[in-house]
Amino acid sequence: MANATIASPTATTISGRRYGSVSRDRRWALRWSYFFLVLFAIFFLTPPVYMFITSLKTSAEISAESNPWWVYSPTLANYIELLTQNTYLTFFRNSAIVAVLTVIITMAISVIAAFALARMKFWGSATLATGVFLTYLVPETLLFIPLFKMFAWFNETFDIQLMNHWWTLIILYPTLTVPFCTWIMIGYFASIPKELDEAALIDGATWIQTLTKIFIPVALPGIIAATIFCFTVAWAQFLYPLAFTTSTTELVLPVGIVTTLIKGDVFNWGQIMTGALLGAAPPLIIYAFLMDYYIAGLTAGATKG
Amino acid sequence: MADIAARGPVAIAGGRSSLHKLMQRKSTIAFLMALPLILLILTLVAYPAGYAVYLAMLNKGMTKFVGFGNFDFLFGRETFWMVVYQSCLFAITAVIFKAIIGFVVAHFVHNIPSKGQRKWRGMLLVPWVIPPAMSTLAWLWLFDPSYSAFNWILAGFGIDRIPWTGETGWARFSVILVNVWIGAPFFMIMYLAALKSVPEQLYEAASIDGATWWQRIWYVTLPMMRNIIAITALFSLIVTFANFDIVRVLTKGDPLNTTHVFATWAFRVGIESGDIPLGASVSLFMVPILAVAATFILRDITKRGSEV
Repeated sequence: MANATIASPTATTISGRRYGSVSRDRRWALRWSYFFLVLFAIFFLTPPVYMFITSLKTSAEISAESNPWWVYSPTLANYIELLTQNTYLTFFRNSAIVAVLTVIITMAISVIAAFALARMKFWGSATLATGVFLTYLVPETLLFIPLFKMFAWFNETFDIQLMNHWWTLIILYPTLTVPFCTWIMIGYFASIPKELDEAALIDGATWIQTLTKIFIPVALPGIIAATIFCFTVAWAQFLYPLAFTTSTTELVLPVGIVTTLIKGDVFNWGQIMTGALLGAAPPLIIYAFLMDYYIAGLTAGATKG
Repeated sequence: MADIAARGPVAIAGGRSSLHKLMQRKSTIAFLMALPLILLILTLVAYPAGYAVYLAMLNKGMTKFVGFGNFDFLFGRETFWMVVYQSCLFAITAVIFKAIIGFVVAHFVHNIPSKGQRKWRGMLLVPWVIPPAMSTLAWLWLFDPSYSAFNWILAGFGIDRIPWTGETGWARFSVILVNVWIGAPFFMIMYLAALKSVPEQLYEAASIDGATWWQRIWYVTLPMMRNIIAITALFSLIVTFANFDIVRVLTKGDPLNTTHVFATWAFRVGIESGDIPLGASVSLFMVPILAVAATFILRDITKRGSEV
């Protein structure tokens, strides 16, 4: 940010000499833009920053009458306590395993299916592609009650308890991730020039070889975008774990923080904020390093078709 | 492509029957490749969706078929109509504000030199990246009845403490505010992508014709972005209408069930109170508005598909 504000005046003075009065308008537009961007940045960044501020405080300082926006005696006690506590580490481990397995399963199902739907057309494939998109629009809040009942029925019939296990989530999460990933992969695959796979087929490649040797390498940016999306969704999902898991050993991060760190009326805000911030870290880190893929995935959902 | 792929082998094998076999084999392979996807959609999405309709017609113990009994019961309850009202208010207000803020912020980002745009865009998208359940916890803490950091600032201006989550009006405002905070960056990204696709010549032509900045937005930007604006708003309408995390973490439907939306009330009734059929009937009320939005999105997408 600092860089951008320093760089802008020089840029405008150069253009100012060239274009005269038009550039004065531009300069003002630029100033106003920066002014409002700073305001919006404050609005958008206040909660995470406040999370960080609170996470550095002791309980005594949190309940003191002092300025809540400032840390007078910073401490890492909250971080140390959480990271040496078995329950929090269990949540983190559960979240990590569930998210990684969801990503693997989702990408395996959706890349292969998207290839079949985009290139190998079979009876009903166009309808299926539309169906995939419609499935993506069905929210999980519509499905959790019947799924809950179905899992109870499954237990009665086959004597396999699906409820209250972290691995149950690996069955449920693909319903949220597969339709979207398939949809954007169809878009990416459809944009690959047909000459590429025609050449491969003429050279005698099988369909599977065409997929692994040509489509996957060429559509790699799309695959990375879909993977990021898939991980973010699996990491953030809140409703399914809340409905399907209850024991502390089976919880994933979002639900674990909400249900175990908030004990009755006693709110240990220092720890809650620390837990939430650490829980938000993996998606934020991925985002920081792969921002362009992340944004490509976001815009592809609605613009590719 | 299909015909070329087929023609190659024909030249070699030179028979109609082998061509037929190949086609058949290709479609069989394709079907098998799509099979996991088909099974997943059928068993874990399509079947539960239909099952929800059946569940909604059973009595509480799920022993007797009661037809529309659950719906009759809901229509007679005041809480239900409050949930309908709040769901619509929540979704429509939130989407409108998300769209406006997203549009405005996208313009400001588009205005500044392109060197700095990446940094700003990256910073402004942060609310969308943090898992909603966790960022809502931060808001819950900012709205805390006794230690609210917002109230501390307001006290500095001599304004009385605001019961952010304690009073119906403020609680409704708070859940919408948090939703706008999470969702506006998504609109910003979509609109920014659309803004970049508007050809610069159109603006040049407009300013040569003496158009003001407002006319440029109204006659050039908006018509060019109409598609993206519509589709983003419809997407967001679906997601916001079916929202669960924010209300659940921030207010749990309190005070007095006035902030419940369909999803959170269905959870309260269906899972927490154990009346699965009633919960299923509540969640089914999301279907009409979702269906309308989905129809419009689908129409737009197939239309664009045929244009290309």
